[in-house]
Amino acid sequence: MIGSPDLVPFTMEEGYEEPFHGASGLPEEYTVPLFPFSQANSSPWSRLCAAKFSRDFILISEFSEQVGPQPLLTIPDDQRICGEFDLNYFSLRIMSVDYQASFVGHPPGSSYPKLNFVEDSKVVLGDSKEGAFAYVHHLTLYDLEARGFVRPFCMAYISMDEEKIMRQFLELSSDFSKASKCLKTGNRKAFANELEKKLRDLDYTRTVLQREMEEQMKADDKGFYTTQTIDKANELASVEKSIIEHQDLLKQIQLYPYRKIKEPDFQPYEPESLQDSDVPNESEQPLPPSNPEESLVEEESSLYHPRSSYTPKFIKAKSSKCFDKKLKTLEELVDIYFFTQTIDLLTSIEKRYRGDLSYLLMKQLEKGLLEQQTVSNFLFEDIATWDAKLSSMHCSNTLALVQALQNPTFLEEPGNLKNSASLESYKSSVESVPIKIEQEVFEEGNHQETAERGVSDIPDNCEFNDVDFKGSVSSSDSIEVLRTEKSVALLTHSESQPCLRLSPQPPRRKVGSRRTISEDSIEVLSTCPSESVIPEDFRPAYQIAIHEEDPDGVDVDGEQPCNSTNNEENEPSPNDLSGDPACCMGAETLLAQTGNVTPVPNDGDINKVVSVPPQSYRNMDHAFQVKFSVDRAENHSNKVSPHGLSSPEAESTYLMSSGESVRLSIEEYSDSTSYRSSTSTCSDRTPSPAPCVSGLSERHRRKAGQNALMFIRQYPFSHPAIYSLLCGRTLIVLGEEEAFVRRLVTALSIFVPNHGHVAKPVNTWMTSPLHIMDFQKWKLIGLQRGGSPSSTNILHSLNRYSRYASVLDADHKTLRCPVYKGAFLQRLADHRTQIRRGSTYYMHVQSMLTQLSAKAFLFTFCHHAHLPIREKESEESIAQRRAAFLRQLLGLSEEDSKIVEYLSELLKMHYLRESGTQLLPVLRFDYIPNFLYKI
Amino acid sequence: MLRWLLGSREAHNGVEKSAVVDIGEEQTQNPYTELSVLQGHNDIVRFLLQIDESRFASACDDGSVFIWDVQTGDILCELRGHTQKITAIVAWGASDILQGKTDIILTASSDKTVIAWDCDSVQQVQKATDFHSTVKTLLVLQSLDVWLSGGNELRVWNREFNLLCETGYFVDGGISSLIELPKNCVAAAIGKDLIIFKLSVASRESDQWDVSEVRCLTAHQDIIRSLITVNDLTFVSGSHAGELIVWDALDWTFKAVERNFSEILSPQDAPQEIKLLQTPEEISVQHLASDEESVFAAVGRGLYVYNLQVKRVIAYQKRAHDSSIQHIAKLPNGQFVSCSEDGSVRIWELRSKPLHAESVPAGFFSMWGFGKAAKQSSHAVKKPHDTGIVATLELIGNLIGHSGSVQMFLYFKDHGLVTCSADHLIIIWKEGNRESRLRSLMLFQKLEQNGDLNPRFSLN
Repeated sequence: MIGSPDLVPFTMEEGYEEPFHGASGLPEEYTVPLFPFSQANSSPWSRLCAAKFSRDFILISEFSEQVGPQPLLTIPDDQRICGEFDLNYFSLRIMSVDYQASFVGHPPGSSYPKLNFVEDSKVVLGDSKEGAFAYVHHLTLYDLEARGFVRPFCMAYISMDEEKIMRQFLELSSDFSKASKCLKTGNRKAFANELEKKLRDLDYTRTVLQREMEEQMKADDKGFYTTQTIDKANELASVEKSIIEHQDLLKQIQLYPYRKIKEPDFQPYEPESLQDSDVPNESEQPLPPSNPEESLVEEESSLYHPRSSYTPKFIKAKSSKCFDKKLKTLEELVDIYFFTQTIDLLTSIEKRYRGDLSYLLMKQLEKGLLEQQTVSNFLFEDIATWDAKLSSMHCSNTLALVQALQNPTFLEEPGNLKNSASLESYKSSVESVPIKIEQEVFEEGNHQETAERGVSDIPDNCEFNDVDFKGSVSSSDSIEVLRTEKSVALLTHSESQPCLRLSPQPPRRKVGSRRTISEDSIEVLSTCPSESVIPEDFRPAYQIAIHEEDPDGVDVDGEQPCNSTNNEENEPSPNDLSGDPACCMGAETLLAQTGNVTPVPNDGDINKVVSVPPQSYRNMDHAFQVKFSVDRAENHSNKVSPHGLSSPEAESTYLMSSGESVRLSIEEYSDSTSYRSSTSTCSDRTPSPAPCVSGLSERHRRKAGQNALMFIRQYPFSHPAIYSLLCGRTLIVLGEEEAFVRRLVTALSIFVPNHGHVAKPVNTWMTSPLHIMDFQKWKLIGLQRGGSPSSTNILHSLNRYSRYASVLDADHKTLRCPVYKGAFLQRLADHRTQIRRGSTYYMHVQSMLTQLSAKAFLFTFCHHAHLPIREKESEESIAQRRAAFLRQLLGLSEEDSKIVEYLSELLKMHYLRESGTQLLPVLRFDYIPNFLYKI
Repeated sequence: MLRWLLGSREAHNGVEKSAVVDIGEEQTQNPYTELSVLQGHNDIVRFLLQIDESRFASACDDGSVFIWDVQTGDILCELRGHTQKITAIVAWGASDILQGKTDIILTASSDKTVIAWDCDSVQQVQKATDFHSTVKTLLVLQSLDVWLSGGNELRVWNREFNLLCETGYFVDGGISSLIELPKNCVAAAIGKDLIIFKLSVASRESDQWDVSEVRCLTAHQDIIRSLITVNDLTFVSGSHAGELIVWDALDWTFKAVERNFSEILSPQDAPQEIKLLQTPEEISVQHLASDEESVFAAVGRGLYVYNLQVKRVIAYQKRAHDSSIQHIAKLPNGQFVSCSEDGSVRIWELRSKPLHAESVPAGFFSMWGFGKAAKQSSHAVKKPHDTGIVATLELIGNLIGHSGSVQMFLYFKDHGLVTCSADHLIIIWKEGNRESRLRSLMLFQKLEQNGDLNPRFSLN
């Protein structure tokens, strides 16, 4: 017998576990030709067979001052993944495009070494030979023993799918920024510790030297100094100088939080410092923004308290050569706690970006859409979605250690931005940093942004841009830097503050720059340092810095082959759009708002390597469009910076032939609005942060889908059974064999509406007699039928409560439940369905049920279907209207209406509960006759 | 269904065992389509007492009394002071001015105490402990502002729990129930007898209260099971032997007697069932209820409607339940509700009998009937006109939820029916349609409050 349960195990596992292997049984003319490049193990999805690694991974490498670029670790730490991929070679590649500011030393006009609070740079580069593309995130960590006190590191997300990286650029950037922040925070802390130790050493050395000097002075009383004494004095002097220098460094590193605190994305790490109880005087304790001075004083005063835990050493005048000493490992550089945190974070990032691009995009899209539907999405969505929410919460909580917002109110009032991030506060952090970017500063009005929000909904130009983009790349060289971004986000929205989504976009400015140089087989296609928000005051400072530090850098435009005239300068934004598809792509994300990029001073060396076009809106969801008008206005009115231009033509020429570019630019300017709308399109693609939880229940879903498919095919009475589930009548699956019952229950569970953000009301296996509470609690129950006396009780209870439940006898293949005559289930559960795969069917069910919940939503929130529209309207007339609404407007038959009504009740109760009303859990039921179905 | 589930093992048991009236699964007139289960008690819940529009108290055999909010299902407070089962619970309105709002509950328990509770402050206000026996019944005389406890003696107390006076000791099991009669009299059921006591009220002349036995009415042949006041002029008592006596409340003479309800059955009606009825408890008058015209009597498993005008039973349902009926009441909405040891609550409607009704054999209905035959039929038990049966008790719905004997129920106008049971549960039965409407109303109110801007529910 075909319907026999014994067949299920055999039929179940086949067909969907492995990818399809040819032979579909269709005549050849109907078959889809196989993927032309398919070889033994390649799937059409792996586009680049040249890649020597099997899947995406994260690589951390370092530019060691002793041995040069070297890979440090990979995530996942699995030899097989990297395969034959040459990590050393690739490290060399990615480190060689590090053009960020790693300058340390004596800047002109300053006698002391300065620390740079260097921003990370983000680059996308491709190595066509290796078939590898990478998002590369450069960062520097401080090391007292390192040259210039900095050690350049980079984290790279390496994939064979270029598109994936381009499309996920913003997400990657934001995620890696988090990791980078984590590392840097730990590093600052470790660095400060190290400095303090060093100071203590120096202090000790000084006292020793002083003592020795005095002794010598005493020894030769003759009034002249021996050479020995002079040497000692020199030594002492140098020690003194060193002390001053180190104190200065320490002050700088301590000042870091003080300065940064003005920015919302400053991340105090109090929790860690609490953990590190052995470091009582944490030099970098977060300072309350209200009174930074005070706490600073405190810090300073606490700074020189003797520490019991550390005994100072005498420092010889000439320290050992740098090649003799062993450089600190990454774990040493970064506090171990932060190191593990970072690794965890990176591991989760790696997990999150696993899989094909389209899959990622769809998932993000779906998730974003689902999040919009807080009212109804609980009904049929996976628990995984809520888990995602929870775990992302969790995730952000752990991150919050590093990343907690200091002053949330600040965020909500964009107006404050300018004031809070004052020139002074910035200057200190930036002044010493050589910057070679041109920047444009935009300030946009919030009102405009909101006004133009609607425009952003049209899908996209990205594709086009993308193609263009690539086409323009001469890829003879093996490495292409596809994109970089440097962004300064003054404004960070942490996940913990979802309300911000509704708040207007803060005004923002943008720094765009473009440089190109192609030497050494590296072609940097674009970089886009952008500050998502830079207060106006900051700009001059920035500019000054540029002037001071690197006069050459100022003229970036001049270097550019074409025409950066003033006109062009004034209208940078269209350029931005065309320039970087990835930007557009990512810009949609709400992540943008949660972006946590820190101010980026750019390295002076860059301009040898890169030419930086204006582009990239990390944070442009809507704000994006607003910029145009305002920018222009602003740029026209006050041309504060001669460099604040990123000329559209300039970029265009890079991207396409000059003639074309001219045309394009004309078009752009003539109709900037339409242009905008077309570009902004992309901004809907990923409206939400990347999901934190991967396909946790993927397997479960597939199984359930497959079993459900089986159920529908095997049982002619699947419709009434599913109807029972959908209209809230408990379905009891009765059987002797637990595994079989469980399987049926899992299969059917995909049809069970949830009651709220709690576990599905499904009990897969019960062995005790049913109770009235069970019907209230469970909507799908697997029940044991056994020979024991207790089972008689079970059956008695079943009989007694037959009103509340439909009973599916799995052993005898009978079903007792109300009749179903509607149309909806015909489509939902068609036993002749062509769907073969469990996951497909699962998705089919999901989409059908989503339709249904949309109807339930309409029904629930349609005022006149429930409440009188005239005064003293009778209940009957409302009921009639309600019925008409269901039947005519929603086109539902009687049974389908029942389903919708039930869902509507769930929606109501959920909404009321969520908004704080206390409701008694209820069991709703009907007095409907039951029918007995048999196979 | 059972047969279907168990295979053929219990082939025809169901049909043979029970001839109780049944209604199919289709109960179009049954408005109760939503239920909420309240859990909290750990023993048999024996009494329910309405406190006000939204609160009720439940008394449990473990001595605890809970006060519930019928709207939210919350336990507002737990009154714990008794160590044994509650035997009587009565509400005492603060005063007439306060619109009958109850703020004092009196509870009597097998631990020989009576406690007065303030149900707003959840305080034990007073406690009387010096009883010689269990107080089985409590009565509040609002007009005199005193309360009476009935056990092996009758005692009169004032609000401050001062004993005002008491009677002598009754051997015969003591007072089982008390009702108030006009002219400061009370009737007490003691064994087979009804004793009328008169209270002489303290006045300026004498601040001495006194209670004295005025008359002893010995008409019943068995223990009096229930005693109710119908109106100012009439009260009714029912005995274990199935006697129902209507008394005049003023001169304490009996107006009418209905003995032996089983005789109402005519032989041709269902002869085989008479045999089943012969056990004594089957004709015990379990509970009485009344409206202006009729007295409703729960006799064994049957329900009888006795009309006071024509002085005879005008409708009955001899197999209203599977086992003894515990409590009956006529609801304000005209429904007549009974609950029984069989765990079910049934809703009846008294309908005038059509002139030419067809008699349907009761055996047709099977408790186990299910499947395609689940069609509603008329379940009235008919009587020829000459027996005086002019109406039928129509079963319009049954509520199945409890797994133990349903002890009592309460009706809230706005919230439906509350039942308590030996399965430790309290269930609120609500009218699903109305609840759904109310929720919609609340929903739109919330929406208005949120102004559609609730960030969690951005509905734009």
